[in-house]
Amino acid sequence: MNKSHTILYLDGVSVSFDGFRAINNLSLVLDKGEMRAIIGPNGAGKTTMMDIVTGKTRPDEGEVFFDGQIDLTRHDEAEIAMMGIGRKFQKPTVFENHTIEENLMLALKGPRSIFPALLHRRSTAEARQIDDILGIIRLGDKRDQLAANLSHGQKQWLEIGMLLAQDPKLLLVDEPVAGMTDAETEETARLLKEIARDHSVIVVEHDMHFVRELGVKVTCLHEGSVLSEGTLDFVSADERVVEVYLGR
Amino acid sequence: MITGRFFAAGADRRIAITILILLAVAVIVPLLNLAVSPTRAFYVPSYIVALTGKYLCYALLALALDLVWGYCGILSLGHGAFFALGGYAMGMYLMRQIGARGVYGNPILPDFMVFLNYKELPWFWYGFDHFWFAGLMVLTVPGLLAFVFGWFAFRSRVTGVYLSIITQAMTYALLLAFFRNDMGFGGNNGLTDFKDILGFNVQADATRSALFAASAVTLALAVFVTWATVGSKYGKLLMAVRDAESRTRFLGWRAENVKLFAFTVSAVMAGIAGALYVPQVGIINPGEFEPSNSIEVVIWAAVGGRGTIVGPIIGALLVNAGKSWFTGVLPEFWLFALGGLFVAVTLLLPKGIVGMWDSWRGNAKALRAASLAEEAGTDPVAPPPQKIVRSAATKPGDWSSSSPEPQPAE
Amino acid sequence: MNLLRAIGLTLLFLLATLSSSGAGEADLRGIIANFATAKGFSETGTVVHDLAATGDPAVEWPLAALADGNLYIRKADSLVFVGKEAGDSVELFDPLSGEKSADAAKDDITKIKVNNTLRRVIRDALGTLTLGAKDPAVRIAAADTMFKTPDAANIGPLDTAIASESVASVKALLEQARAASVLVSDRPDADKLAAIALIGARSDRNAVSMLTSVEANASGAVQEAATAAIANINSTLAFWDAGQNIWYGISLGSVLLLAAIGLAITFGVMGVINMAHGEMVMLGAYTTFVVQQVIRTSFPGLFDWSLVIALPLAFLVAALVGLAIERGVIRFLYGRPLETLLATWGVSLILQQAVRSIFGPTNQEVGNPSWMSGSFNVGQLAITWNRLWILVFALTVFAVLLYVMKRTPWGLQMRAVTANRRMAASMGIRTPWVDALTFALGSGIAGIAGVALSQIDNVSPNLGRGYIIDSFMVVVFGGVGNLWGTLVGAFSLGIVNKFLEPYAGAVLGKIVVLVLIILFIQKRPRGLFALKGRAVEA
Repeated sequence: MNKSHTILYLDGVSVSFDGFRAINNLSLVLDKGEMRAIIGPNGAGKTTMMDIVTGKTRPDEGEVFFDGQIDLTRHDEAEIAMMGIGRKFQKPTVFENHTIEENLMLALKGPRSIFPALLHRRSTAEARQIDDILGIIRLGDKRDQLAANLSHGQKQWLEIGMLLAQDPKLLLVDEPVAGMTDAETEETARLLKEIARDHSVIVVEHDMHFVRELGVKVTCLHEGSVLSEGTLDFVSADERVVEVYLGR
Repeated sequence: MITGRFFAAGADRRIAITILILLAVAVIVPLLNLAVSPTRAFYVPSYIVALTGKYLCYALLALALDLVWGYCGILSLGHGAFFALGGYAMGMYLMRQIGARGVYGNPILPDFMVFLNYKELPWFWYGFDHFWFAGLMVLTVPGLLAFVFGWFAFRSRVTGVYLSIITQAMTYALLLAFFRNDMGFGGNNGLTDFKDILGFNVQADATRSALFAASAVTLALAVFVTWATVGSKYGKLLMAVRDAESRTRFLGWRAENVKLFAFTVSAVMAGIAGALYVPQVGIINPGEFEPSNSIEVVIWAAVGGRGTIVGPIIGALLVNAGKSWFTGVLPEFWLFALGGLFVAVTLLLPKGIVGMWDSWRGNAKALRAASLAEEAGTDPVAPPPQKIVRSAATKPGDWSSSSPEPQPAE
Repeated sequence: MNLLRAIGLTLLFLLATLSSSGAGEADLRGIIANFATAKGFSETGTVVHDLAATGDPAVEWPLAALADGNLYIRKADSLVFVGKEAGDSVELFDPLSGEKSADAAKDDITKIKVNNTLRRVIRDALGTLTLGAKDPAVRIAAADTMFKTPDAANIGPLDTAIASESVASVKALLEQARAASVLVSDRPDADKLAAIALIGARSDRNAVSMLTSVEANASGAVQEAATAAIANINSTLAFWDAGQNIWYGISLGSVLLLAAIGLAITFGVMGVINMAHGEMVMLGAYTTFVVQQVIRTSFPGLFDWSLVIALPLAFLVAALVGLAIERGVIRFLYGRPLETLLATWGVSLILQQAVRSIFGPTNQEVGNPSWMSGSFNVGQLAITWNRLWILVFALTVFAVLLYVMKRTPWGLQMRAVTANRRMAASMGIRTPWVDALTFALGSGIAGIAGVALSQIDNVSPNLGRGYIIDSFMVVVFGGVGNLWGTLVGAFSLGIVNKFLEPYAGAVLGKIVVLVLIILFIQKRPRGLFALKGRAVEA
């Protein structure tokens, strides 16, 4: 299969922990510029898949390619992040003892070595970027507050803002609307669709309304491999998906 | 830009005051010791100069530990090793300065080597007759050890208590090694009977005062450097690694390098502290490598308040003053007091003196702000900023797993 | 050594002399008197030979005294005495009867001078004399001495001794001593080959050194036979050496296992880092001390049972202290391992100082019951009973603990709480209670480890200090949360340590092991038998 148009290419990936197969011969292809929603019951391997893509877990077998030719299994988290894969965790993970602005500053694209960081002074370009992102995630008025003081939904947004600051080619977004109100959920969907215009995105979500809102191709995982793939209507009509996930 | 921030008001004022006090002490104490007649009220006796000089070295050591523990979450139980290595480097210089004035009168070999039938100077003693070389070694030996050790440890992601235990094993291994006579460092007795430093008699009051002043100035400098470091973007990163290490990795930062830099800098600071300590106390022996010494340093930082710059200094001074008092008046009870301090601080005063003061002040401020906000009819300002937030895991065993996603404090 | 042996022999024969006053006492006195007239070492040597030739055991004492430089001549009457210096004066004893005769100022007497050659002559003479002794132990010692200092002149007396020897083991030794003497004599090669075969069977270091000198001086078949015998002995020795190292290693491993096994519960299973663990061991050792004190003063007959009585008490004492620590300190710090480490360190300081205040800073004497004293040999392995019992004890404790963890409801609850606290709580398990009891169990086991360690280590307030780092190393090396890992970790560390010691020395060996563990942890941060995957990280 030709990988040149793909941003992410997984083929025959398996990984097991102490005999438990978390991922079982998983194959998944994401084209450049595509947004994909991934659904599936707990333990289907969604988070483990993200771990493999971001270099946290090494697969036992199978190929993982980024941008058509980079073999991700040979790199660690920091290298993969620098190549342009950003990740938002299931639990919002921000630096609680830092202000919103500092959180974004640490995420902002740029050199990642020690000595530049030691002597770093904020440039006007960086200040403008941070202002832009603060505008997008609507936290401009809280920029000097500690992240610990944000509400759950705001932390989710801050984390998405940090992803934006990284300016990655591919975003892996794990349950972005957990704990959000309906209005916030809609807003998040709008934001993700906007991001997807010039980024490739994978969204893992349980909220089917939200997935419908996104209106993208859906992949359903079950027991570590792909159960069904297609439009949301197609997938939700699949007998097996109904059986294991959606319920009758 | 650093100077600009230095003179800015607010939280940094405390740093400025600390530095000014240290510099003032560096001038005033030697003056009161040397220029004032012993009969006057303001006279500072020589033993006080030597004692406080020693405390200042301890304070520097506590500050070094705080850089890695308070700001990066690395609880090193082996900082005493870096301190001792710096001390040994200085001790070797002082040994070489004795020259032919030793008991055996050998112009090259220190007494213990003559006693142990050394025929010639071991290669690693070369160069220590020069002060500049010894000074270089004070910086490089602890720095290099920390770099190599940290490079292995952080790269393989040894964290938490595991790291604490292997740092303790490191200093324990060094303790055993330095006890050996054939290591060439004087074995059990260590290095002592020093005569001169840079041509001045180490016992003389003027030299002691100069060493005291050097310690105070160095501590002031270290406070400035630490403050500049933790205030920089790197410092923010350091704390980010402490709070959510894996998040920094997924942002593309090499957390191991971030830690390695802090660990190495901290070890160098500890080495300098040891080098200043040895001429003031007149001896360095393997006992300095005792794991219990390194753990004691931790309590200095904890009492004062970790994750603050002034805290460890206050802690080191208070605990050591207490130790001097206890060992003089109630020697039996010192270990009870120290042990009780460990328990009490961790249970009752987790943020230390400075941290408690800050949150008390913060609470007061927040209350004021809240009442103001209420009057204005808007939402009260969010709760006071907390300096240190720990992962609030609730079950035993949580710590042993480096969680895939850091657990925010709730 | 030789001096000590000479003194020992002297005492033995002093008794023999007192019981049977020889018939030829006058003759002996006559010969002894010759010491006064003998000029120079060679003439003194002749007198020694004359004395030895009498074969009377009574001459042992004066000869041994001469070797030690304690034979004196009184200037006034040229009589010979055995002297004992007491300050400025010397107490004089009759050389044969051993009765005290008088004190003399040092100026009034002359010491009979001896040099090394003369000492050897005396020793040989004594060796020949003792071959006929009644006590087999003395005969064995004599045979041994003659083996180490072979002399062609010994062959005759040895032949006589062999002919009359009735104890088989002593006879074998005498034959070996004779073979050694044959080798330095000018007997024909056939005799020497037989002698080499005999000595080769000894397979110890003395045999090697003897054969090496034969190899150097002889030629032809004798030399070849010696070379072959040496090679043979060396390989046997290497085998036994390895065996001895393994035994020492297993022994050290059992000590490490005892020290670490309680930690495997508190640290490994619960995840609580208890720096006061070593002090629990120390408390167990002091409990043993107290029990023995009570027995010594009140029930001396029960001394052999002291350890058995101490075991449950030590468990109780340590478990109660552990319970108090858990309830008083640790439970407030769950999930904050670094704080737990510091607080328990504080507790350890308090416990140490408390014990120091009560019992004093010095080592306390804890005795070995009779069944733990002494040793026995397996081939060339010397195995002491106390080490063997400690090994058996360590393995028993391990087995019991394994049973408790895997097969009892309590163990099941413990593991359930560790695996998923919230779930366990909702199943009706009282988790705080389980925490406290688990911690008490780990502490109690440290306590009974203290009973065993009191038998081989100094019982002082610092006892625990010595074990804490080692125990953590064992648990971390073996893999946290895995009892089998602790077992394998303890024994492999013990054996590696003991195999390194001959090459690197004890201290350096220990340093090397520490460095190896530090490197190992970097490679496998979770130890030998670690769980992996999401389960441990979730």
